[in-house]
Amino acid sequence: MSTRPRSKPKASANGAGNKQQMLDLFRQMYLIRKFEEACGEQYGRGNIRGFLHLYIGEEAIAAGAISALNSDDYIVTHYRDHGHALARGIDTNRVMAELFGRSTGISKGKGGSMHLFDAAKGFMGGHAIVGAQLPLAAGLALACQYQDNGRIALVFFGDGAVNQGTFHETMNLAAVWKLPLLFFLENNLYGMGSAVERTRAGGVDIFPIAASYGIEAVLVDGMDVLAVKEATTAAAGVVRSGGGPRFIEAKTYRYQGHSMADPARYRDQAELEYWLKRDPLISFPKLLIEREIATEADINAVRESVAVEVQGAVKFASESPQPQPSELFTDIYA
Amino acid sequence: MPMPELTVREAIKRGLEEALQTDPRVFIMGEDIGKYGGAYAVTAGFFDKYGPKRIKDTPISEATFVGAGIGAAAAGLRPVIELMSISFSLVAFDQIVNMAANLRYMAGGQVKVPMIIRAPTGAGMQLGATHSQSLETWLCEVPGLKVVAPSTPADALGLLRTAFKDDNVVFFAEPAGLYGAKGDVPGSYYTVPFGKASVQRPGKDVTLVSYGHGMKVLHAAADELTARGIEAEVIDLRSLNPLDIDTVVASVQKTNRVLALDTARRTGGVMAEVVTRIQESASDWLDGPIARVGAEDVPWPYNRDLEQEALPRPSDVLVALKAAYGI
Repeated sequence: MSTRPRSKPKASANGAGNKQQMLDLFRQMYLIRKFEEACGEQYGRGNIRGFLHLYIGEEAIAAGAISALNSDDYIVTHYRDHGHALARGIDTNRVMAELFGRSTGISKGKGGSMHLFDAAKGFMGGHAIVGAQLPLAAGLALACQYQDNGRIALVFFGDGAVNQGTFHETMNLAAVWKLPLLFFLENNLYGMGSAVERTRAGGVDIFPIAASYGIEAVLVDGMDVLAVKEATTAAAGVVRSGGGPRFIEAKTYRYQGHSMADPARYRDQAELEYWLKRDPLISFPKLLIEREIATEADINAVRESVAVEVQGAVKFASESPQPQPSELFTDIYA
Repeated sequence: MPMPELTVREAIKRGLEEALQTDPRVFIMGEDIGKYGGAYAVTAGFFDKYGPKRIKDTPISEATFVGAGIGAAAAGLRPVIELMSISFSLVAFDQIVNMAANLRYMAGGQVKVPMIIRAPTGAGMQLGATHSQSLETWLCEVPGLKVVAPSTPADALGLLRTAFKDDNVVFFAEPAGLYGAKGDVPGSYYTVPFGKASVQRPGKDVTLVSYGHGMKVLHAAADELTARGIEAEVIDLRSLNPLDIDTVVASVQKTNRVLALDTARRTGGVMAEVVTRIQESASDWLDGPIARVGAEDVPWPYNRDLEQEALPRPSDVLVALKAAYGI
């Protein structure tokens, strides 16, 4: 049984924060953006194959939410998982190597884009069946409760997953058993090609459903990294202290299609431009400079550092070996 | 030491209690396994004895409580999931096949899922088409799962002990009609390994192989054969994945005749796989085609006579042997 001390919650972030914290948040988002752009390019060159779902536009959620967690909290997410993986601090080289299918990949090249894992960092995937990750997260939370170790689980899911039966079941189970589970809905307004208004009774705001399970919910601006961080910090504190599950909905937007195969013809240009104007990679550095928290030089230094890191990851992945044929038969059974 | 006699139910109960008492990571969850005492009374008394933390009554949400079991196992606990019927595993099939079985592989070996899923299986109790499935026959195709199906109390306890030592997803299929079946259980501690079939009755003239509910049919057929001067060797696979084909092949090398019986529907079931593997490994030793008998390829009817008609009987075994080997 676990004898580890109960984890202490992180101090709540406020609007000012300290310079390093703010630059770290910016770096986190910028790293995700540049990494994802590099993935798009590598996909075009045939180095990444299969399905690729880019997180471009949604960076403020992964960076804000995950920065509010403890390092031993569990994170579960869906197939648009590169941003969450990087925000969790998974080695950039090993993520890119995984996408290239190399043996140095975080899942030895056997998982791929949709199945990034880093168990040592509590990052429990990366899941490809919509909504299937919710029960897994409930089980991780159940283990935290059973072991009384002060850890929590945070599960990311999209507006499409809300219509799977497992969403209802997991909300219900988490509420009935008061699981330390934080539900985080990334509502980017589209389930693949289907707008939320076309597939969900009750309209584009989904968080009101949480009330029917007795789960408190908040709605935040998913393009505002500080708002996301603050909401997650508050909710995680309640969940961690035995207050039961909580629910956060963040509205966001993916600037590209559902996947590399999707030209996103089902969305109109005016809508895209509205959201492009709210790009956190433009608004956040602007905010830091306006409030004199950081300088243009600081911001540029981050940009250069990220460029080096991403280029390094592509190089590492390109030079990494393919798995041995024998790897086909390993890791099936413990 | 004297051999006590237990029912299959008592044997499973004993295995579960041993685990609950010796390993604090073990807990059981499922529908009505706690306060109600379990639909087949396997966990009767556990709730009062072990409490709500270890014995968890779930809502009717198979997909989610199976999935939660996976998460709990990945986080270091050792959950036992009781499904009220193997038929309900269909509701949780995505979690069982896509999540539980795949998780370790997709994660490149970073996680393990030490979870036991127990479920009553099989037809013959007039429960109708949706409650009479034998899905262990499909599940043994899934890499990442282990599937066992005991037919005796000794095997039930021995296999369950092994399941608790195994760090993988173990599907423990309990023949629903056999919970009350009695049998000797060794007095001292023992285990039954996975991947080892059991020769329940030795014989030199023909090999009869099955598992679970099928064993009763084979033994009845073997008795009839003995009356005709034919000695059947009766083998209980008891472990479907991993599958012990070597024991079957060794028997075929001796008898030169073999019949595989499935109480699940004949098409595409695990016994069809057994037939294929015998063909691959022992065709030189066969005096005739491999015989196989399975349930009719029909939905399970409610009516008693119809249901019995669908299920394989000893006479079906004798007819098949006559056709294949003229005996």
